[in-house]
Amino acid sequence: MSSPRVPGFISVLWRALWRRENRVFTVMIAALVVAPFLTYPVVLTKCLCMALFACAFNLLVGYVGLLSFGHAIFLGCAGYGSAHAIAVWGLPPELAILFGTAVAAVFGVVVGWLAIRRQGIYFAMITLGLAQMIYFLCRQAPFTHGEDGIQGVPRGRLLGFIDLNDNLTMYMFVLVIFLIGFAIIYRIIHSPFGAVLTAIRENEQRTTSLGYNTDHYKLIAFVLSAALAGLAGATKALVFQFATLDDVKWTMSGEVILMTLIGGLGRFTGPVVGAFVVVKLESYLAHFAGWVAVAQGLVFVLCVLAFRQGIVGKLSEMLKLPL
Amino acid sequence: MSSLLSQLVVGLINGSFYALLSLGLAIIFGLLNVINFAHGALYMLGAFVAWGLLHYAGIGYWPALVISPIVVGLLGIVLERTLLQRLYRLDPLYNLLLTFGLALIIQGLFQIEFGSSGEAYEIPQPLKDYSLELGFMTLPAYRAWAMISSLVVYLATWYVTERTKLGSYLRAATENPGLVQAFGVNVPRMVTVTYGLGVALAAFAGVLDAPNVQVSPAMGADRIIVVFAVVVIGGMGSIMGAIVTGWGLGVVEGISKVVYPAASDTVVFALMALVLLVRPAGLFGKAP
Repeated sequence: MSSPRVPGFISVLWRALWRRENRVFTVMIAALVVAPFLTYPVVLTKCLCMALFACAFNLLVGYVGLLSFGHAIFLGCAGYGSAHAIAVWGLPPELAILFGTAVAAVFGVVVGWLAIRRQGIYFAMITLGLAQMIYFLCRQAPFTHGEDGIQGVPRGRLLGFIDLNDNLTMYMFVLVIFLIGFAIIYRIIHSPFGAVLTAIRENEQRTTSLGYNTDHYKLIAFVLSAALAGLAGATKALVFQFATLDDVKWTMSGEVILMTLIGGLGRFTGPVVGAFVVVKLESYLAHFAGWVAVAQGLVFVLCVLAFRQGIVGKLSEMLKLPL
Repeated sequence: MSSLLSQLVVGLINGSFYALLSLGLAIIFGLLNVINFAHGALYMLGAFVAWGLLHYAGIGYWPALVISPIVVGLLGIVLERTLLQRLYRLDPLYNLLLTFGLALIIQGLFQIEFGSSGEAYEIPQPLKDYSLELGFMTLPAYRAWAMISSLVVYLATWYVTERTKLGSYLRAATENPGLVQAFGVNVPRMVTVTYGLGVALAAFAGVLDAPNVQVSPAMGADRIIVVFAVVVIGGMGSIMGAIVTGWGLGVVEGISKVVYPAASDTVVFALMALVLLVRPAGLFGKAP
């Protein structure tokens, strides 16, 4: 009797997944699930971490119009937080990641509270300055182990029984985290709260005159972005089993801007594409040590001058699909 | 006490470099509304041009002090004409990103060629053998020269912008470029020249700094971030503001080296945070 229900359920699911506005996500998720069977999963895991980082960054720059030049703070400090929680306190991986995320959120409150006092170029310079300060503090603080970083962090067992030492299992775990983060960002943007954020981006004064306290909205958006960037950083530290100064440095803040720019500023799936491109570019250029920075600089210049809509923006234009 | 006084003098010298760099940034920002992220890289380039002139052509410090700013200034003019100019109609953040990209390229190329260790640049004659006895410290004559010559440059810049015809055009174009253009002034050319001058100031600072520090590809990156904090603290409203803030922060940094050395890297940024709390527009800035 119940046999007709199963295909019915599948066809309903299929129709939902293949709806015009969902199609792109279905394809993306399917590709991400299949990908580790086709290529080496560790690089892909890094791509996912950076993609979540870039999506979190894009929430701020693309939807509130605030260009942060200090997002490495949240990636790096969350990495230190989760690595310390595992290596020193012996927390299980899931709690360590939550702890790292919380650390980033706390930094987000402080940095955001200071930085939203100015707009535009000044906002960028302030976040850069605060990031540099935190970089120096991380270099001096005893628990970060200075130039060495926190090394040899055990991956451990997820929820006590899933062994994360297997790279494929780890990839799937990170994919779940990425999708949760991605879904949260989607929810934020497509909520009334997100509509106010977009209004602030378009015209802050008018939004104020409509009765919204824009500073509150900006601060909440900043903290959300910081926490999600922290989620990416905490996960990254677990995957690679170390946390170092590289993730707190200004070059990392530049890198996340580059990822978002290549993919498409303010495009929802843009940062994901951008992160994969940048990580692949880096691993390709790894043998030509100094050229990574030069290549990044060239891509910056080209994107800003001639390709401001980004890869996803261009695709969206060609396919006439909102991506 | 004597160590405090000597750190104060060292702070003043460091501060004169902060002031020179933020002065160039402020001039460019005034007319172009662009924060020149490549400023640090061009400062580094200025130092390397001086080093290269000596190393490859045997041209010494004194000619280099003139040649290097001209070379870098011309490069700046080319960059402005070919790249920056295309983005003036857009959000100024795009030009920030463009100049960031340029900084990565310039710094990266030098990193490939010279590595990160750096090259030494000799203190030039006749300053090398002299030093001033101040009682609490011996001040090498070169450091005194660096401070005095940057002071001369500030005064010259102030004079040009506040007391000459060209300066009055510049100030007018900062307020309202369209109107100035309507009066028959070639504003785009003025913008180009201003960028060239601002960048030349960065190169001048680079040559001036070359004998003080190792000439290395990374010398600009760290310094420019501090200078950004200086600019946030001072506001980019006035030339005097840039100079006073630059010197003031150099001194504060110097004092913290004596009082609490661990904080000497971070004190400028902590002050930036404090100023944002008390006076978000910056000490000399107009209300946003």
